[in-house]
Amino acid sequence: MRYSAWQVIKQGLNGHSGWQAAFRDPEPKTDYDVIIVGGGGHGLATAWYLASVHGITKTAVLEKGWLGSGNIGRNTTIIRSNYLLPDNEPFYELSLQLWEGLEQDINYNAMVSQRGILNLAHSDAQVDAYARRGNAMHLAGAGGQLLDTAGVRKRVPFLNFDDARFPIKGGLWQERAGTVRHDAVAWGYARAADSRGVDVIQNCEVTGIRREGGRVVGVDTSRGQINAPKIAICVAGNSSRVMSMVDQRLPIESHVLQAFVSEGLKPTIPGVVTYGAGHFYISQSDKGGLVYGGDIDGYNSYAQRGNLPTVEDVAEGGLSLMPMIGRAKMLRSWGGIMDMSMDGSPFIDKTDIPGLYFNGGWCYGGFKATPGSGYCYAHLIATDTPHTVATGYRLNRFRTGHPVDERGAGAQPNLH
Amino acid sequence: MSNVNRVAGGQIERSRKLSFSFDGKRLTGYSGDTLASALLANGEVLVGRSFKYHRPRGIVSAGVEEPNALVEIGTGPRRDPNVRATVQELHEGLVATSQNRRGSLRHDLMAINDLASPLLAAGFYYKTFMWPKAFWEKVYEPAIRHSAGLGRLSMEPDPDSYDKGFLFADLLIIGAGPAGLAAALAAGRTGARVILCEEDFKTGGRLNAERYSVDDADAAHWAATTTESLRNMSNVRVMTRTSVYGAYDHGVYGALERVTDHVGAVTGCARQVLWRIRATRCVLSAGATERPIAFTNNDRPGIMLAGAVRTYVNRFGVAPGKRVAVFTNNDDGWRTARDLAAASIEITAVIDARDVPPPGDISALQGARLVRAGAVVDTHGRHALKNIQLANGDTIPADCLAVSGGWNPNVHLSCHQRGRPTWREDIASFVPGGVLPTGMSVAGAANGELTLGTALRNGHNAALAALETLPSISLDAAGAPPSAEDESGFVEAYWRVPEKSSAFRLSGAWKRQWVDYQNDVTVKDIKLSVQEGFSAVEHVKRYTTLGMATDQGKTSNVLGLAVLADASGRSIPEIGTTIFRPPWTPVPIAALAGASRGAHFRPTRLTPSHTWATENGATFVEVGNWLRAQWFSQPGETTWRQTVDREVTQTRTAVGVCDVTTLGKIDIQGTDSGVFLDRVYANTFSTLAVGKVRYGIMLREDGFAMDDGTTAHIAQDHYIMTTTTANAVPVFRHLEFCRQCLWPELDVHLVSTTEAWAQYAIAGPRSRELVARIVDDLDVSNEAFPFMGCAETTVCCGLTARLFRISFSGELAYELAVPTRYGDSLMRRLMSEGKSLGVVPYGTEALGVMRIEKGHCTGNELTGQTTAADIGLGRMVSQKKDSIGNALSQRPGLKDPDRPQLVGFKPVDRNAQLRAGAHFIEKGAAVVTANDQGWMSSVAYSPSLGHSIGLGFIRRGQERIGERVRACDPLRGEEHDVEICSAHFVDPDGERLRA
Amino acid sequence: MQIPHPLLGLRDASEFVYLGDASLLNRPSVDDPAELGSDATLDAFHEYLHLRHNPAGVHKELWFHEQGDRSWLVVTRDTTTHEILDCALARDVAGASFGAEST
Repeated sequence: MRYSAWQVIKQGLNGHSGWQAAFRDPEPKTDYDVIIVGGGGHGLATAWYLASVHGITKTAVLEKGWLGSGNIGRNTTIIRSNYLLPDNEPFYELSLQLWEGLEQDINYNAMVSQRGILNLAHSDAQVDAYARRGNAMHLAGAGGQLLDTAGVRKRVPFLNFDDARFPIKGGLWQERAGTVRHDAVAWGYARAADSRGVDVIQNCEVTGIRREGGRVVGVDTSRGQINAPKIAICVAGNSSRVMSMVDQRLPIESHVLQAFVSEGLKPTIPGVVTYGAGHFYISQSDKGGLVYGGDIDGYNSYAQRGNLPTVEDVAEGGLSLMPMIGRAKMLRSWGGIMDMSMDGSPFIDKTDIPGLYFNGGWCYGGFKATPGSGYCYAHLIATDTPHTVATGYRLNRFRTGHPVDERGAGAQPNLH
Repeated sequence: MSNVNRVAGGQIERSRKLSFSFDGKRLTGYSGDTLASALLANGEVLVGRSFKYHRPRGIVSAGVEEPNALVEIGTGPRRDPNVRATVQELHEGLVATSQNRRGSLRHDLMAINDLASPLLAAGFYYKTFMWPKAFWEKVYEPAIRHSAGLGRLSMEPDPDSYDKGFLFADLLIIGAGPAGLAAALAAGRTGARVILCEEDFKTGGRLNAERYSVDDADAAHWAATTTESLRNMSNVRVMTRTSVYGAYDHGVYGALERVTDHVGAVTGCARQVLWRIRATRCVLSAGATERPIAFTNNDRPGIMLAGAVRTYVNRFGVAPGKRVAVFTNNDDGWRTARDLAAASIEITAVIDARDVPPPGDISALQGARLVRAGAVVDTHGRHALKNIQLANGDTIPADCLAVSGGWNPNVHLSCHQRGRPTWREDIASFVPGGVLPTGMSVAGAANGELTLGTALRNGHNAALAALETLPSISLDAAGAPPSAEDESGFVEAYWRVPEKSSAFRLSGAWKRQWVDYQNDVTVKDIKLSVQEGFSAVEHVKRYTTLGMATDQGKTSNVLGLAVLADASGRSIPEIGTTIFRPPWTPVPIAALAGASRGAHFRPTRLTPSHTWATENGATFVEVGNWLRAQWFSQPGETTWRQTVDREVTQTRTAVGVCDVTTLGKIDIQGTDSGVFLDRVYANTFSTLAVGKVRYGIMLREDGFAMDDGTTAHIAQDHYIMTTTTANAVPVFRHLEFCRQCLWPELDVHLVSTTEAWAQYAIAGPRSRELVARIVDDLDVSNEAFPFMGCAETTVCCGLTARLFRISFSGELAYELAVPTRYGDSLMRRLMSEGKSLGVVPYGTEALGVMRIEKGHCTGNELTGQTTAADIGLGRMVSQKKDSIGNALSQRPGLKDPDRPQLVGFKPVDRNAQLRAGAHFIEKGAAVVTANDQGWMSSVAYSPSLGHSIGLGFIRRGQERIGERVRACDPLRGEEHDVEICSAHFVDPDGERLRA
Repeated sequence: MQIPHPLLGLRDASEFVYLGDASLLNRPSVDDPAELGSDATLDAFHEYLHLRHNPAGVHKELWFHEQGDRSWLVVTRDTTTHEILDCALARDVAGASFGAEST
């Protein structure tokens, strides 16, 4: 059923009795061409682009819980393409372009809202670094503007310009960045993939990966054995656990990132703002909640919850930057598992095991990458060659000495 | 007419009348009122509008679960949005304003949304607003955003102050209702350190709201006297107005104490205090929350929870209506009716969903219609309830309908560590289950013990059980539990009234049964969600927004689950709950930040010469947490460039002094110090003679450059390392890692002495003369104290000092360190002694210019992405020894000759001003990522050369000296032709610094 | 979180800085400097520095008491519950004995 304003009116007058399920609830078949392990944003996007770009539709997406129960449903919804390194920027720019056409592509309104992102600079060196980054963005066609203090004040007059501990020296503004209704991304990709015949299977946990003659041939699941010559792992937050099924250690540590939302407030904050002298970023949802976050807690965790020091640290950063949010109240906090890689950049690569593909290590930046990741992963699975904008995301890059270290923090995951 | 709805009794202080306003209307109440009770007393039934449909809404509850009665409190920068009227204490002069309306509260223009509601079902926005493409950004979304949200922020800085504190206890008791008070009494008597937190301003919980007896006394009175005796125990801390909002790891609890919100604006004291409580044990006695029943138009003002109706009558002396009907599925409804009748309030009907005879004495309910196995099928009244309609079509007048659907234990905090509650069929509710937070047990209604006598015993026993395992606490003194009767509490699950069949036709489209009042989630929405395949509980929540309002579904969650269970043919326990997460009630961001805001966001570190610099025209700059002098303006200088050029020129021609205390200093001692340094530096230090300094480059284990600096061999087995300012802390941490974790067998000891020594760079051709005037008896001639020499000595007649002949500026230069407390004096002495030599103080800007002129690296070059070879120091990485990072620095990617290398850049047009951040592109090539050759990392105007210069990284830079490329800056719309040159712009052979 | 410091008792985790997997104690040794750039050495260092067990469960990890006594600690903690099972001074477990039990 095609979604449209006309359909909404028609169904509204009909007591909504005609709406069908957005996607089927199929029983797993025994054989597929591709099994995607992980029904999150990236996995579902991969299924959609496999179907829509490469014509591969005999695909199963296996999700151990409910669809979109991982980080696609617990992030702070920001999209942007304001990266520095040549191994990153073209990839994120592709992703942003895919966001820009998403609604029409999948006939689902995920509310892609290009309200802009402003990264604030608080020292001359930071301005220099943003200039380097902004130029890298221009080289990749991503646009961007370097604002001075007055330019920042014009856009966000309510920041602390008066008694700030770290004065605002300027900022890097990307107008095309913004936010997206995160859950809807998973639902929209699932619905679109389903419409092409992809089986999206919930409550189906992979418990083992089968190999024959060195190749993968299928998976064992809580709903039985399922076979496919190509198995694509896409399980943010569980990458190490799943890859340990084939005795692979990864350059990944899993950490907890907390995020926060305030009570609903009348429109206050126009775009996304990030603090350059503390751990804080914020936007306001279409419902009115201030959605904000900061740094990871900093220790390995699979508990999907964090602790108070980070809650307070983030609030301190927020209030220092935006003294007018003090009386907004934190309504809810939550935690997600971040697969932090050794250089802060992800992996989209074949593994040493023929037929087994790996996508992961997105740290806390995976949401914005969802379309790009799905697009490039589908390309890799379909063609066995990396997409040109994702050639840096190799699993062996630490051995060869080609880290993609955007922050220059080295092999310490909690610093990225 | 004021307080039209007051009735006798209650616990308000009628002698203390308070005036307040609501939407500009002047009203009065009493001390002990909440805003909600005062509004009800004044007959103000309409208090708010719902989020989506802007339906008229009244007060539903008497506590933190309130979904409807959210108001703005206060004015100006102290305006507080989304305050629950049900917990806001009334105070003199309180100003309350309704929110989420356009126009007046009665005539909200946005109420048109309600007319369109058949189109605005769950998830409608995912299906539309897609055409034409550009309209989403420009038309649809702005309209949605414009109408979103509830209260308004003032947009001004919050003028109040907030504090934080730490508390420690053997036993934390959360909630001072019957179970909590009994627990505190037992625990307090044992002598254990007890903290009792109550979010209400009054302890007692439901004891204040019911007509119960405890230990044969009036229950509210018992609560008051018990609290008094607890307050008199030195080992017990009773904290009212304190919400425990989160249970964190290892017995850490977050609590928010509202110190002044009940008196209005106060200056000179913290408005709220955020406590971090560490408790070995915890008893959660947070009570239970009553839940509504879903029936058509169950959201009208005047439809309230039955327990809240009793609270208003019994505690506040307020009749929530003149003619009250009751709709119940349990015995509490009947208790409500009796309590109202006792207060001489007319009861028009009691409708029991159960097919059971009225429990207990109904003699007081004469005149009321008593309906068995009945249901309310619809209600009427636009801004206030007028009547209710029964299944048989009868209409019963009522301006208040008390609804009781049973009680949900407040399991919230028991689930903060992802424990999942379990279903108890007998009370049709979830109770705490699974793994509770460390040290927590649950008592009373929170544990599903919904009757008073049991709750009291339960609280008492929970406290003793919690303390039993703690050493040094004797339970002998705990005494007996308080006693009370167990009232009947029989409940029969009844969630919603069946809809009439017309509901799915257009005529029924406006007939809705609310589940989540605030977010306007109705039974239909949940059904639609299931119909569209979103039937997992988390999907329903996210698709319909059920339970995501400011009340976090306190009244709606279990009801929603019941509707979902019905719609999807599953049982409630099969479906399970969504995950409860902190906070229990919302916490102001200002309280979470405490005093760390504005200028006090982070500590400010001042250099030893700070006072002197302030006196001498310094402009300061933040360098990490340090404030450093950036330059020292002199009269007549109009631009900072003039000042900096002067400081550079005078330093290069005479002598300049710069405070370099901020550089990290690490004292290294022990017989294996040399071995240790060989392992942590890429180059060799064990060969360094006493009295000598060496420049060192330190790598991370991954082979990239980490930090650079000098280390002095000041005495036998004693070295002094300097680090960059930014890396002082990380380098020290890293060295301790190496010492303790990698090579614990080495005899080496580390102390950070950054704060212990004030250190000044004294640079320039006349620096030797200045130093000679300061030192006591050290020969500083070039022969006796050559470049890279160091010594422990004395200056200024006996002051301990360390002198190093090192140079960052490229001039003949020294660094002189004295104990920090003499730093100010030394600066003054250097200035006075140097006056005749033409001494000048210079700041970080001149320091930066001179280092760029010399091609030295700072953070702009040591980005953590560059190798020693990239910055031209590849040969320093000794191949004769293992050291941190040595091996991995030999990975192919790090040895790639194509990597960008550090070189200097000059503008071909010498008048051009270079910019850091520009990227290098070959002539004629397109300005795209594929042609990116590198970037400009630092630029300065060189007063020595008279033009702009830059340092930057470009592919194979060292081989390309003399080549010309473009420095492209599309970000700022600039482009300059530049010539690649040596990074050493001034004195490339280093003759000056050895002079 | 509260870290049971072996010398100082329970200390709030905010006093500490976290590094990661305690297998970072097992730095490969290179006895012959000529081997520094060999494939075997690079493999060993690569595995040491980059490849982590990252278990969902019991994890030995390094914490530094930066706001305290500057001890490096090896904390044994369950990453699914955050429960701390053991805490020792790194210098007491560093070296061969740690390597034996920590693969």
